Amino acid sequence: HSWPPFIMDEGSVPVAEDPGRRRRVHGMLKLYYGLNEEGKAPEQPESLDPCDINGPHFDPELYLNKLRRECSLTELMDQETCMVRQIRSLDSDMQTLVYENYNKFISATDTIRKMKNDFKKMEDEMDCLSANMAAITEFSARISGTLQDQHAQITKLSGVHTLLRKLQFLFELPARLNKCLELQAYAQAVNTHRRARCVLQQYSHLPSFKGIQDDCHAIMDKLAQELRQKFRDGGSSAKDLSECVELLLQLDEPAEELCDKFLSHARSRLESDLQGLEAEIRPYPSTSATKDASVHGLSSTTAPGSPADGSPKNSSLPSPASNTDILEFIDRGCNEFVSSLCLVITSYQELFINHAQKGELASKNIPQMANGKLHVFVDDLAARYFMLVERRIQEEKGVGDNSLLVRALDRFHRRLQAVAKLLPGSAVPNKGTEIVIRAATERVKQYLSALQSFYMDSLTDVRQALATPRLSVAGTSVAGPASGRDAPTSLPELLSSLSASILNQIKSVLASVHLFTAKDITFSNKPYFKGEFCSQGVRESLVVSFIKFVCQSSRQFCETAGDKGGSTPPALLLLLSRLCLDYETSTISYILTLTDEQFLVQHHSPVTPVTTLCAEAREAAQKLLNHYVKVQGLIISQMLRKSVETRDWVNTIEPRNVRAVMKRVVEDTTSIDVQVGLLYEEGVRKAHSSDSSKRTFSVYSSSRQQARYAASYTPSAPMDTNLLSNIHKLFSERIDIFSSVEFNKVSVMTGIIKISLKTFLECVRLRTFGRYGLQQIQVDCHYLQMYLWRFVSDENLVHFLLDEIVGSAAHRCLDPAPMEQSVIEVICERG
Amino acid sequence: MEDDAPVIYGLEFQARALTAQTAETDAVRFLVGTQSLKFDNQIHIIDFDDENNIINKNVLLHQAGEIWHIGASPADKAVLTTCYNKSESHCLLLSVAPFAASLCSSFFSSDSRVVSCAAVWRMPSDWETGSHESPDESAHNPQTLELLCHLDDSTHGNAACVLWEPMGDGKRVISLADNHALLWDLQESSTQATVSSTATLEGKGQLKFTSGKWSPHHNCSQLATANDTAIRGWDLRTMSQIYCIENAHGQLVRDLDFNPNRQYYLASCGDDCKVKFWDVRSVQEPVKTLEEHSHWVWSVRYNHSHDQLVLTASSDSRLILSNMVSISSEPFGHLVDDEELSEGEELHQEDKGKEPLKDSVVSTYEEHEDSVYAAEWSSADPWLFASLSYDGRLVINRVPRALKYRILL
Repeated sequence: HSWPPFIMDEGSVPVAEDPGRRRRVHGMLKLYYGLNEEGKAPEQPESLDPCDINGPHFDPELYLNKLRRECSLTELMDQETCMVRQIRSLDSDMQTLVYENYNKFISATDTIRKMKNDFKKMEDEMDCLSANMAAITEFSARISGTLQDQHAQITKLSGVHTLLRKLQFLFELPARLNKCLELQAYAQAVNTHRRARCVLQQYSHLPSFKGIQDDCHAIMDKLAQELRQKFRDGGSSAKDLSECVELLLQLDEPAEELCDKFLSHARSRLESDLQGLEAEIRPYPSTSATKDASVHGLSSTTAPGSPADGSPKNSSLPSPASNTDILEFIDRGCNEFVSSLCLVITSYQELFINHAQKGELASKNIPQMANGKLHVFVDDLAARYFMLVERRIQEEKGVGDNSLLVRALDRFHRRLQAVAKLLPGSAVPNKGTEIVIRAATERVKQYLSALQSFYMDSLTDVRQALATPRLSVAGTSVAGPASGRDAPTSLPELLSSLSASILNQIKSVLASVHLFTAKDITFSNKPYFKGEFCSQGVRESLVVSFIKFVCQSSRQFCETAGDKGGSTPPALLLLLSRLCLDYETSTISYILTLTDEQFLVQHHSPVTPVTTLCAEAREAAQKLLNHYVKVQGLIISQMLRKSVETRDWVNTIEPRNVRAVMKRVVEDTTSIDVQVGLLYEEGVRKAHSSDSSKRTFSVYSSSRQQARYAASYTPSAPMDTNLLSNIHKLFSERIDIFSSVEFNKVSVMTGIIKISLKTFLECVRLRTFGRYGLQQIQVDCHYLQMYLWRFVSDENLVHFLLDEIVGSAAHRCLDPAPMEQSVIEVICERG
Repeated sequence: MEDDAPVIYGLEFQARALTAQTAETDAVRFLVGTQSLKFDNQIHIIDFDDENNIINKNVLLHQAGEIWHIGASPADKAVLTTCYNKSESHCLLLSVAPFAASLCSSFFSSDSRVVSCAAVWRMPSDWETGSHESPDESAHNPQTLELLCHLDDSTHGNAACVLWEPMGDGKRVISLADNHALLWDLQESSTQATVSSTATLEGKGQLKFTSGKWSPHHNCSQLATANDTAIRGWDLRTMSQIYCIENAHGQLVRDLDFNPNRQYYLASCGDDCKVKFWDVRSVQEPVKTLEEHSHWVWSVRYNHSHDQLVLTASSDSRLILSNMVSISSEPFGHLVDDEELSEGEELHQEDKGKEPLKDSVVSTYEEHEDSVYAAEWSSADPWLFASLSYDGRLVINRVPRALKYRILL
């Protein structure tokens, strides 16, 4: 291979060779020189093989031997041709590369030659420049050398200038402050002074500055004075005021004093509000009129028929109207007092607590101090406010409309929540709640007393109603016992209207009280109103107390009337007894269920069970009925007793008819029977014998009488005389005269008749009779016998007592000659 | 217990009047007066032998009339007073045949009259010895009471009761007649009686004393009377009213008794079935009221020694013994002097003191079949009492032992 042809044939480089082939050639060259594209030596382990023709450790000798050993001739031939071909292509590739490099070398040589020329020129210019620069440096040094002094002077001057300006500010400060004072630009004044204060303080040892400082102090004092004055005047708005306070604080005014002043200022305003409120409570006479009217309103709703009630009271109605109602009062209290209180609290907190916490004042414990003062202040004023509210609430005695009070209390309570939010940890909202609770319990009490007075009023009405038709009953009773039923207000009607009106009243009261627990009322979700108010307040102290009151007042009728013997009309006793019995059977459980349902009472504390109340009602009913029996028995007894006591039984004429008293007794008994029959069931009685009314007294007819009175004086056998009557008594049951009766007509009538006849007996025993006296008693007793047996449960009882009466009369007779039974019957039937 | 069983004695007549023989403090002795219109009335002297549990009786005739009230002298065992009814035309009527009676009815009615009288009597001195010899014989031939004097003043009406001066010398009695209270001085061994002073109850209507009681307190200068529903107190020195309990009972007041130990305490009973206890210094309200009887209460008696024991008799045929501790003179039980107690007893005593003593009904006695009009404590034995019912049955009872020991110990 020879080099020259490569150089010679520079222009005949094959242009059309494809890039792929060139790339490959490059790659191969690179491989050959052990370079990869990054210029690193490739580590190729396979290239260690000495038979690899492309490897670096290729050993031609080994390779040739190997070929010769392994391959056939043809293969060798092929190998040889292939290798020749490869060698040829390698040669051409090398040739191409040599051409390319040669060209580049030529152009590079040209460029270097040109650069050589250019650098020479540049070197000359650089020499020139350095010469010039040296000249400039020299000049510059000379100039700055000359200007040095002047520059120092100027710096000094400018320093003096700024100092002078500051001094000027200080000297002008008093005047400026004065001007601010004149213009009332207090904020600016304080700001200005604050800036100068430190400096003045620092240089206060210099007399001139001292003078300025004194002047400033004087002015600032004046300003503080003015601010304080402004603060004290109180005419300014809250915003002004707070600004004022802020400035004063900045002036190092003692915070405590300011708090006090602020609060006392606020207090004066709040107190005027309170006084306004108080003035509304003042008019006492008109409120008492309200009370009258409202109490009256309650009663007149139930008794609209009474015209006498309405007219005279109307005159007093306008005066309560002029007085504000409770809602207005509370509204005013909320709007004036509570809202200004809130305002005071906010601004106070803004000024003394929040603000102070940021500033340097926080270190002085001012927030705590201020907070304490605020609490005391709020508590104090709120206490006064509460006092007023409570006084006002106490005046609210009318129980007509509860919604007004509830709304008022709700508003009152709601507004206090604002205070609670502003002032966490304050006792005020709790106290407010307490007031609401007190008001509620007070209200419940009022309702109870209203219910009670309503009950007593209804009883009075019933009494009147009983008194008026009673006359007509008495007048018509001759016509027949049934006339009692025709009376316009009969007992059952009275009873039903009484119990209905009481029930209605209870329901309306419950409805009114229910307002306290309505969902939209803020305080209704307080635990008190959820629990205790329902169970202890409404159920126990209202409903249960009322039922107890009914029972108790009923019992009182028995006790007070007992001594006078008739201050309570017997019919009322009967009616009340039935009322109590009805209560026992149904009404009490109805009312309590109603209450429990309405108030969803969850009883945490033990409550009076229905059974206790029922037992109490039953006891009252029993007592009333017993008392009724006693009173009615007494009335008849009294008649009988008078008739026995006032007559001269020794010197009386032969009986020709039944004494009028006996007829009266029978009549009265009949009318009592009718009366009791209206309210109580018949009851059971023993079967009558067919001829009950015809029964004759064993005393007269049998020989027993003979044995009784014919017994001679036989002292040896002292028991003989009374043997028969004693034996008779042994076999009859002992009779309890004033005993408890059952709740039915027969038992009641039996009780009354027992009492009457026993009285008759005792009175007879205290008298002495002549023959006709005895006979009259016989006639009377027979008459009673004819009519009374039908009323009692056991007619034998009547027989026994009448026997006793006649027997005793016979005993007490000077001349016991009984009348013929047939004559007695004739007389009695004649009437 | 056997000896706690009541002892019953039957009289042959009806009877209302009963008293203990006040002057007798050794024997248990009661006097009963009978009521009979047709036969001679009697006074039965009932002796009770506590040990043998038997009754000895003696009968004295009281021919003047039927006895409504009887009182024994506190000084002389043999002297007693009675209030009795006499029918003035009685003898005459008895002589007329029953057939004729109807014929002469006009005559009968115009002449017959029943009058109440009072008299002081002396028992014959040998009534006791006679009875012991032959009880049967003495019963057949009873001795008659010796009349000492009449306590009658025709202007003053019918006598209701006669009261002896309590614990007195038997010289002074008070009789209540209609609306008058008469204080008598008995002179010359009680054979003469003169009215020393009188008090008259005035008012509208016919006022009539029903019963009364001479107070043992205040030097026996006070008297309490009952008329209708009112109780009045009188000062015997001036014979003027000192207090008045209007409407003390709802109906007629039947009887009164003074607490023997508490001078202002008074018990009353009446037709309203109640027994009431009063403090006469404040008469607006009774101190206590008992309502145990089911009919009129006719008699109330404090035990003479233990005033918590109160006996009441009623026409419901019952006798009730109540223990009214709370208003007695020993509200905390029997007070024993401290030095008498040993330490152990002292503790015991304290325990007893702490337990509340409650008023209670001790016992209800149902031995009577008819109305019980009278009950009396024995003057000799404080634990014994007698009650008398209209049918003539006298029952002697004892305070239950348990209670007796509780009071004593």
